[in-house]
Amino acid sequence: MPISRSVVVSSTPSAVVDVFRQLQPGLKASNFSEEDIFAVHLALEEAFTNAVKHGNKMEPSKAVKIDYAIESDKVEICMTDEGSGFDPEVIPDPRYGDNLYKPAGRGMLLMRSFMDVIEYNERGNSVRMIRYREKRKPSSKSTAGTNP
Amino acid sequence: MASLKPRVSVEYGEKATIVTFTDEKILEERDIVELQQSLMGVIEQTEKINLILDFSTVKFLSSAVLGLLIRVSKKVYEQNGQLRLCNISPRIYEIFKITRLTKIFDILPDRASAAASLARQQ
Repeated sequence: MPISRSVVVSSTPSAVVDVFRQLQPGLKASNFSEEDIFAVHLALEEAFTNAVKHGNKMEPSKAVKIDYAIESDKVEICMTDEGSGFDPEVIPDPRYGDNLYKPAGRGMLLMRSFMDVIEYNERGNSVRMIRYREKRKPSSKSTAGTNP
Repeated sequence: MASLKPRVSVEYGEKATIVTFTDEKILEERDIVELQQSLMGVIEQTEKINLILDFSTVKFLSSAVLGLLIRVSKKVYEQNGQLRLCNISPRIYEIFKITRLTKIFDILPDRASAAASLARQQ
């Protein structure tokens, strides 16, 4: 049976811990794999960090709205902050050149890698993310035994 | 109430200093700030440190931890030291691969191979 919920939390980095605590039992009950749960957890954390730091500029009075839905074949999360938004196309690729040595800027890359769909609204203050249960991109497969 | 749990355990060996993370999940800003303070303190104590970071306990981390590791790496190499990472789970190794940080960190399967890799650099 689909689970759908909407929560509003303050812009404190730890607030997302409670959101994942709500989400995790639903994922387990719906038989999502540990790989799926890891991917959703990571994307949720990274999206929330972006919303709080870059969207709401760490102002605790500003809220982050998180809507999520768990269905038999997918989990969908929509996260909206109160910031002015940004253009995801102008974010530099952290994998190349000097960016590789910078301490920040990898959150969106991880969100894109671990989720199947990442879409921003026109203003750029709301992201919609989907992870499908069956579909796996090569980059999200386990690399068990491939450690160097 | 502030957490009293230590964030790392440190073993000072003859040939290497081994730091093991004690938390399964490294996420919160506060955790990362505490970790950075602990790690920088260890690095500053030893000239030309041979540092092994052991991730055997860690099951989950965010990109903020990658930033911390880059800062730690810079500090180690500024002091003419060497850094190795080891015991990284396949899921977390995937994060390093996606971000191409496998290009800048020396990641070894376990402590023994990390120590051997350091010894080869001497």
